[in-house]
Amino acid sequence: MNEPRHLFDKVWDAHAVGTLANGQTQLLIGTHLIHEVTSPQAFGMLDDLGLPVRMPHRTFATVDHIVPTDQRQEPFADPLADAMIKALRANCERHGITYFDLGSGRQGIVHMVGPEQGITQPGTTIACGDSHTSTHGALGAVAFGIGTSQVRDVLATQTIAMTKPKVRRIEVNGELGPGVYAKDVILHIIRTLGVNGGIGYAYEYAGEVFDRMSMEERMTVCNMSIEGGARCGYVNPDDTTFAYLEGRPYAPKGAAWDEAVARWRATASDPGCAYDDVVVIDAADIAPTVTWGINPGQAIFIDERVPDPAEVPAGERASVAEALAHMQLQGGQAIAGTPVNVAFLGSCTNARLSDFREVAAVLRGRKVAPGVRAIAVPGSTLVKEACEREGIDRVLIDAGFEWRAAGCSMCLAMNPDKLRGDELCASSSNRNFKGRQGSATGRTVLMSPVMVAAAAVTGAVADARAVFGAREA
Amino acid sequence: MALEPILHLRGRGVVVRGDDIDTDRIIPARYLRAITFDGLGDALFRDVRFDEEGRPLDHPLDRPERQGATILLSGRNFGCGSSREHAPQSIVRAGFRAVIAGSFAEIFFQNATTLGLACVALGDDDLAAVGAAVEADPAAEVAIDVAAATVTAAGRTYAGALPATAREALTRGRYDPLAELLEHDAAIAATAERLPYVAGSRT
Repeated sequence: MNEPRHLFDKVWDAHAVGTLANGQTQLLIGTHLIHEVTSPQAFGMLDDLGLPVRMPHRTFATVDHIVPTDQRQEPFADPLADAMIKALRANCERHGITYFDLGSGRQGIVHMVGPEQGITQPGTTIACGDSHTSTHGALGAVAFGIGTSQVRDVLATQTIAMTKPKVRRIEVNGELGPGVYAKDVILHIIRTLGVNGGIGYAYEYAGEVFDRMSMEERMTVCNMSIEGGARCGYVNPDDTTFAYLEGRPYAPKGAAWDEAVARWRATASDPGCAYDDVVVIDAADIAPTVTWGINPGQAIFIDERVPDPAEVPAGERASVAEALAHMQLQGGQAIAGTPVNVAFLGSCTNARLSDFREVAAVLRGRKVAPGVRAIAVPGSTLVKEACEREGIDRVLIDAGFEWRAAGCSMCLAMNPDKLRGDELCASSSNRNFKGRQGSATGRTVLMSPVMVAAAAVTGAVADARAVFGAREA
Repeated sequence: MALEPILHLRGRGVVVRGDDIDTDRIIPARYLRAITFDGLGDALFRDVRFDEEGRPLDHPLDRPERQGATILLSGRNFGCGSSREHAPQSIVRAGFRAVIAGSFAEIFFQNATTLGLACVALGDDDLAAVGAAVEADPAAEVAIDVAAATVTAAGRTYAGALPATAREALTRGRYDPLAELLEHDAAIAATAERLPYVAGSRT
């Protein structure tokens, strides 16, 4: 009888090419996802060295960060952005790489496209020059964000040098209350373990709450692993995973499908396997959560008060004071009621069909508060089309949201969608860093999509359960 | 691609205070609208150095007595957030050879090491002591012994942390791993052949 192993070890061992002189592992990256921001310099380095792309058939590209979401005609108004999309297109063509371009019908945020196309599969390794690559762990893949030199390494060798992390199992058991979403779960985990708690770890999310979650909910959680310091986070593959993948363009077909499912099932962590750390959380302890500060760990329940610098440990005092000053909040004040200027529904964290369905269900017949700029940006072209088939776009537009085309948009404001001055944004995205949404003095409050809807209609940070009435989550 | 071994670093320092300094702070996203890393040195910490009208905010990096500093000091979880290599690229292009911090976010650490930017972690008290020495005397030199992972400032030597893999890579001039990765092509092919989703999808 073999020693029980967790998914991470099984996948790591299957992809280990060898040990490098410095002790790191040379790890095969089975699937490489690339986009326009972090790949052009890597292709340039490859050219300088005269190297080809080692496995173009395992490399997939799309364009997301710089894409305008209102006017997608080329050339883009921003010549820098236009040069980036043209460089990506040329690099993919030259190297024979599959590219989901703007007009392909399959373009979107790279972390939406991988699962949608069935490229993201259990038991695989995935790398992408983007820290939210952890998203793909929702399907039981081991997925890492990498820098551009490593993008070069994957292009040239299909491998990277990597130190094996430890594995922490995070179990969330019991039942989430009404109005508590996957976003609240991950914000709560980050708040509990800290924004650096995951350094050196891969996170395995497990327990009754994750077992019951849809794939899209699992993606929301795995997406923000990096916000907790963990470069990789995953959920063990199960019937929910297989049902999601079946029939997608790159999923195996026929007999190969049955073989793949058997293989994927065997990839899941074995009962009784050992972890480097285990954390257990009771789902009943989680309430709708919002951030009050300038990193995703600075979060509280909607009915809590922001911390008072005088009452926190001495080591945290300066950070708390800096965050409050930036957010223009007073220590000890309630977060609910904080006026909102912008409502943003989008990003690789929360811009999937299920997110927009939830929002449409509460927004029907309601209006965005006067003075609030509200924009909804589907994460992918397929999500946009699905929303339009279901009439979700009409509900949002009637409520006063702008309905845009797919891209990263105001999550990081590399395209024209930006905060102005010190606007405060209720955002379904993943980072509330100073300046993240395009204005150095701009303010971000992270929350679930339904909480963004509540902020949009009331003009202030608000408890969606009170605004929309208690609904089944 | 034999690189110069990085054994000892010595230079004047500059302290950028704060924990959890993220890569958006180090290099705002609008500077990522480019297809090369050229010119990123000037954009380092741009939005905390200048206001929206471009007026200087008296950031430590811009003080005359800190010009020519080669060692950057900061707090815990330095480089968290986005995987953008533009962050360590901008630090290197601004003239820095090392970062001393409380701890480092993982992707930043790997990106920095690959560029030969040494990232040494110090415990809270030692970091505060080195930071105070640097802030007190702009001419003070900070020395890093990479193999020993020690930091020396104001006559005292502090034991730092630098993972053995990074120490090995820096001191042997192997911090850019590409040449070594390329050497193992046969093993790469053999590993790929054992993985149905890699081998089977070839067209």
